[in-house]
Amino acid sequence: MSLFDWFANLRKTEPLIQEQQEREIADGLWTKCAACGVLAYTKDLKANQLVCAECGYHGRVDSDERILQLLDPKTWKPLAEEVYPTDILGFRDRKAYRDRLREYQQKTGLIDAVKTGTGLIDGLPVALGVMDFRFMGGSMGSVVGEKLCRLIERATAERFPLVIICASGGARMQEGMLSLMQMAKISGALHRHQKAKLLYIPVLTNPTTGGVTASFAMLGDIILAEPKATIGFAGKRVIEQTIREKLPEGFQTSEYLLQHGFVDTIVPRTQLKKTLAQLISLHQPFFPLLSPSQKLERHHSAIHNAI
Amino acid sequence: MPKTERRTFLLDFEKPLCELESRIDQIRELAVENKVDVSEQIAQLEARAEQLRKEIFSTLTPAQRLQLARHPRRPSTLDYIQAISDEWFELHGDRGGSDDPALVGGVARLEGRPVVMLGHQKGRDTKDNVARNFGMASPGGYRKAIRLMEHANKFGMPILTFIDTPGAWPGIESEKLGQGEAIAYNLRQMFSFEVPIICTVIGEGGSGGALGIGVAECLLMFEHSVYTVASPEACAAILWKDAKKAEQAATALKITAWDLKELGIIEGILPEPISGAHAEPLEAAATLKQALIENLERLVEMAPEQRQELRYQKFRQIGAFKEIPL
Repeated sequence: MSLFDWFANLRKTEPLIQEQQEREIADGLWTKCAACGVLAYTKDLKANQLVCAECGYHGRVDSDERILQLLDPKTWKPLAEEVYPTDILGFRDRKAYRDRLREYQQKTGLIDAVKTGTGLIDGLPVALGVMDFRFMGGSMGSVVGEKLCRLIERATAERFPLVIICASGGARMQEGMLSLMQMAKISGALHRHQKAKLLYIPVLTNPTTGGVTASFAMLGDIILAEPKATIGFAGKRVIEQTIREKLPEGFQTSEYLLQHGFVDTIVPRTQLKKTLAQLISLHQPFFPLLSPSQKLERHHSAIHNAI
Repeated sequence: MPKTERRTFLLDFEKPLCELESRIDQIRELAVENKVDVSEQIAQLEARAEQLRKEIFSTLTPAQRLQLARHPRRPSTLDYIQAISDEWFELHGDRGGSDDPALVGGVARLEGRPVVMLGHQKGRDTKDNVARNFGMASPGGYRKAIRLMEHANKFGMPILTFIDTPGAWPGIESEKLGQGEAIAYNLRQMFSFEVPIICTVIGEGGSGGALGIGVAECLLMFEHSVYTVASPEACAAILWKDAKKAEQAATALKITAWDLKELGIIEGILPEPISGAHAEPLEAAATLKQALIENLERLVEMAPEQRQELRYQKFRQIGAFKEIPL
């Protein structure tokens, strides 16, 4: 290709790029709230962590955004980024699992449905796992299981508290029984973390269902939930079809779980970092200001003074 | 199982065999009436029937195996417990306000050794099935199970669980009482026990409801039992958007004992009598008993920490992924 051709090509492609950029800005400038329909200036909405200022609706947050929201700037150290999904069963429904994986990877820029790593929350070290609903509905397959296990094992070894932001439809059926077994595998790793007397806080976001609810989402020492998230074990449709009844209003929401004693408190997203920092700091080992010998000394002098 | 009863519960793929068998019966009757000796022909036909039976049962598709696993006459947890234990004392209740009949358990003696046995319990007929909720346990069932396992751990008794459920009960009450929490708690606690744990899938292993009593260092499956992440019907409805694709889903999901052995999920496959466990329940029970005793003998030799490590590593290595260096 000659230099002249190159310039000609560049000219040809130039307007196209501009057009695309323009459209993105035009589309993204305002965002309509999925709950109340109010238009918000996208920058403001982002600044408010994708929570609608009008009705308090919590929009979906992707994993990168969540990490930015929670951790102190530039403290994120990702773990197990080399772990990639694979299609060992040769699974094909209407589409081959292999192709589905590639499509989602291209569409989302993610490797699979969870990001794991360590970082600081208000200066306190934490092991953090963040599920990403965009990747096949946050479904739990071998990669989610493996990455969370490595994260938990690291937390246990380094004596870090553990926080997992849950967002998942449940097990990834395309991996068959391998995906179901991840529930037990992660619970096993959590048992070791618990045995080391370390703090684990899952944060349940919309939606947290199926196998994730029936394993690590419900195993926290303290369980937090975002407002109005769908949280449950069986899917609503399955329950309706099984019992042939309409489900009550507000069934399987954060508020419903709070009412029935399965979450400790509901935390608005804008308060999440502060809340996590407070809870983690409350569970730091306590070092009394006086050493035992100093205490003894003070005790003796108190007796001495009394005499 | 008597022949007449077997016919009432006939599965599709057994039909050619059944037809042949009734033809043999007819010939035999005719021969008696007409006083003709046809013993040679009958022997030939019977040999052919036997051959046909072997062919049918050695080439079952996953969907056909699923039918066998759900067979209404398939031996249940209580059938096996009663058949294999020297004594058996059922215990009731989760100590939290309920006693789930879909999950049964108690203390028993197996070849002289005190053990705790528990499992999902399907009904033996429609009425019983309604009472047992078709073996679909509620949170109270899983809490009863963990209470019994804690009992076993306290008294140093091995834990033997039997899995046979379509899944955990999906109802309003179940969600209200924390079905997810109940199963999750069991998963974690089962890693803490010092005593040996052996789980056997005797029929249908349905998803989280099965796993809720399924954490063990030794997981066994009967030849015609299945273990699935979701029922093939549900999977077909979700992934294929067509519930009629259940047969295809059953194959794709890899639910048979051989598939799961290959994936490193189970330790052993228990052979069944030729037409399935329901044809010769006592023979199936004897196989189960033998397998449990053999595995127990191996596991009780180990130190508690060794068993816990074995259990942890068993699950830790399950999964398929590739590592691509950055």
